[in-house]
Amino acid sequence: MLGEGILKGMAETARNFFGSYLFADRLTTVEYPEQRIAPHEAARVFPFLVYDGADWEAGLRCVACQICEKECPPKCILIDKSKDKKPDAIGKPQFYPARFDIDISVCMSCQICVEVCPFEAIKMDTDFELSTTDRFDGLLLDRKQLAKSNEYYQKIHPTEAAGVDARLEAGRAKSDAKTTAVAVAAAVKGAERPLAKPASAEGVARETSP
Amino acid sequence: MIKTLDQIFVLLKEWLVGYLPASWQPVAGVLLSVAAIVCLFPALFALTTVFERKGLGRIQNRLGPNRVGPFGFFQPVADGIKSLTKEDIVPFSADAAVHFLAPVVLVVAVFMGFAVLPMGRNMVLVDMDAGLLFYFAMGASTELSVFMAGWSSRNKYSLLGAMRAVAQMISYEVPLLLSSVTVVMIAGSLSLTKIVEAQSGYSWGLPHWYIFTPWGFAGFLMYAIATTAETNRSPFDLPEGESELVAGYHTEYSGFKFALFFLGEYLAMFSISGLGTTLFLGGWSAPFLFLTWVPSWFWFFSKLMLSIFVFIWMRGTLPRLRQDQLMNFAWKFVLPMCLLNLMVAALWRFLGDGWLRWVICSAILLAAYVGLGLGELRRGKIGPRSYRYAE
Repeated sequence: MLGEGILKGMAETARNFFGSYLFADRLTTVEYPEQRIAPHEAARVFPFLVYDGADWEAGLRCVACQICEKECPPKCILIDKSKDKKPDAIGKPQFYPARFDIDISVCMSCQICVEVCPFEAIKMDTDFELSTTDRFDGLLLDRKQLAKSNEYYQKIHPTEAAGVDARLEAGRAKSDAKTTAVAVAAAVKGAERPLAKPASAEGVARETSP
Repeated sequence: MIKTLDQIFVLLKEWLVGYLPASWQPVAGVLLSVAAIVCLFPALFALTTVFERKGLGRIQNRLGPNRVGPFGFFQPVADGIKSLTKEDIVPFSADAAVHFLAPVVLVVAVFMGFAVLPMGRNMVLVDMDAGLLFYFAMGASTELSVFMAGWSSRNKYSLLGAMRAVAQMISYEVPLLLSSVTVVMIAGSLSLTKIVEAQSGYSWGLPHWYIFTPWGFAGFLMYAIATTAETNRSPFDLPEGESELVAGYHTEYSGFKFALFFLGEYLAMFSISGLGTTLFLGGWSAPFLFLTWVPSWFWFFSKLMLSIFVFIWMRGTLPRLRQDQLMNFAWKFVLPMCLLNLMVAALWRFLGDGWLRWVICSAILLAAYVGLGLGELRRGKIGPRSYRYAE
C-alpha cells in the first residue's frame, strides 16, 4: 500500500533516535580531540624522509637521485643535489639532498614518490594534524621537518617497515658479498699482477722487437 | 489560580498597559503583543535549530553539536554571531534593491501570518472574521520573495531554484487550501478562534478535534503533505537541493541576509504548524478532559513543537523527490484526494449523528486512498524510482 515504505523508514529512524540514547555502542563516531582511534596501518597522509641511525642529517637514505621530483604529478617536491659526496649510514660515499622541500598544500598524497624511490628513502606518514596559522611557509616542509627515524617508520607501518628492512638487509648482504668478492678478486689479482705483468710486458716487447 | 496561570500573558499585558493613558492603551497593547511574537518565535527558531541538529544526529547515530555551552545549547548563539559578522556579498550583476528586499519581504510576510493565530485562550493578536483567508494571503506572498531572491541574484542556480520553488509552492497551495476548506465547511467560520471553539467539546473525556474524524484525518494528512512542500522541507526541498543547485534561490546570499532566509523558513514552519494545530488538532484545547487545568498556551506550543519534531523526523528519514515525482504527486494524488475529501466532509455534515456516517465516510476515503495509491504505483507515477538508463 502507498505510504508503507515511509512508515517503515520512520520506524527505522525512530529506532536509531531512541537507540542512540540507550545503547552507547550504536554511536559510531568518536569525540575527536579527546578520544582518538589509532590510525589504520595502511593510512597515508603526506610523505616523509626516512633516516637510519641517530643523526638525521647523516642518516638520510635519500641520495638525491631526483626521481621522485620528476615523477611527482603536482610537482610539490624540490630537491637540490649536493656537489660533494658524504658517507651514508653504511659508510659508502653518496650524494645527498642539500635541500629537500615538499609543499604539502600542493601534495595530493598519491604515494607515487614512494613507489618510485629505489632507496626506500621516502615513505608515507600517518600524522594528519598539520594545520598551521601560516598557509605559505607553514605548509612548506623542509628536509629537517621531513626527516623521521626508521624506528618511527617501524612504529607507524610495522608490516611494511619489516619488509623494507628485510629487503635493505638482503641488498646490503649482497653488496657486502660482492664487495668482499671484488676485494678478494682484487687481492688475488694484486697478488698475481707483480709476477704476470712484467712477464707479459716482456713477451710483448719480445714479440715487437724483431 | 488556574485561571490566572491560563491568562497570565493577557493579565501581564493589561497590567503593563495600565500604566499608560487610556488613549494610548489600544496601540500599546498591540505593540506589546507584536513585540512578544517578534521575540518569541525567533527564540524558538534558535532552539529548534539546535534541537534539529541534535535530533538529526541521533537519527543518524551521531551525537550532534555538543561543544558550545552545556550540551551544545549555545550553538545558535555562535551561529548568530558568525552570520552577523560575515561579509555581506551582493553579486556585481545582481539587482541590488530587489536582492536586499527579498529576505525582508519573506520575514515580514511570514510574521504577518502569526497575527491571526490563536496561541491560547484570548491570546490572539487580531481576531479577524476572515483570519484563515488573511493567513493564506500572507502565506502566498512568501512565493514572491523567493522568486525575487532567485531573479535578482543573476545566477542560474538561484533562478532554477526559484522557479522550482514557485512551481512547487503554487502546486501545493491548492491542496493546502482545499484541505483547510473542509474545516471551514464543518466549523462554519473563517475565524480561527471560532474554529478552535468548535473543537473544544469533549465526549467520554476525549476532545472533539477534527483529526479524530475520517475527513479530518484525511484532511490533516493532505495538509501535512502540503505544508511540508510549502515550507520547502525535506522530502520536498527541491528549491534548495544542495546536490543539484548549490543552495537554490539563496545561493548568492551570505551573512545576515542568509540568516534572514533561514529564519523565514523556520518561522514559516512554525506558523504553518500553528495553523495546522488550530485547524485539526484543536488549537489550544487540552487532549483529555482531566488535563484542562493545564494552561491553554502550553497545549498550543506543545502541539506546535510536536509538529516541528515530526518535520525533523521526516527530514531525517526521507530522501529528496524528483521534480516530476513531486508534480505528479501533487496533481494526481493529493489534489484528487482533497477534492474527494470535500465531498466526504459535506456527506459527514448532512448524514447526521450516529455510527453510519463514520462507516460511510471512512470507507469512501480508505477505498479512494488504496485505489488511487495502487493505480499510481502500477503506472509507476509515484513509488519506487525507476532508472531508464542506469539499470
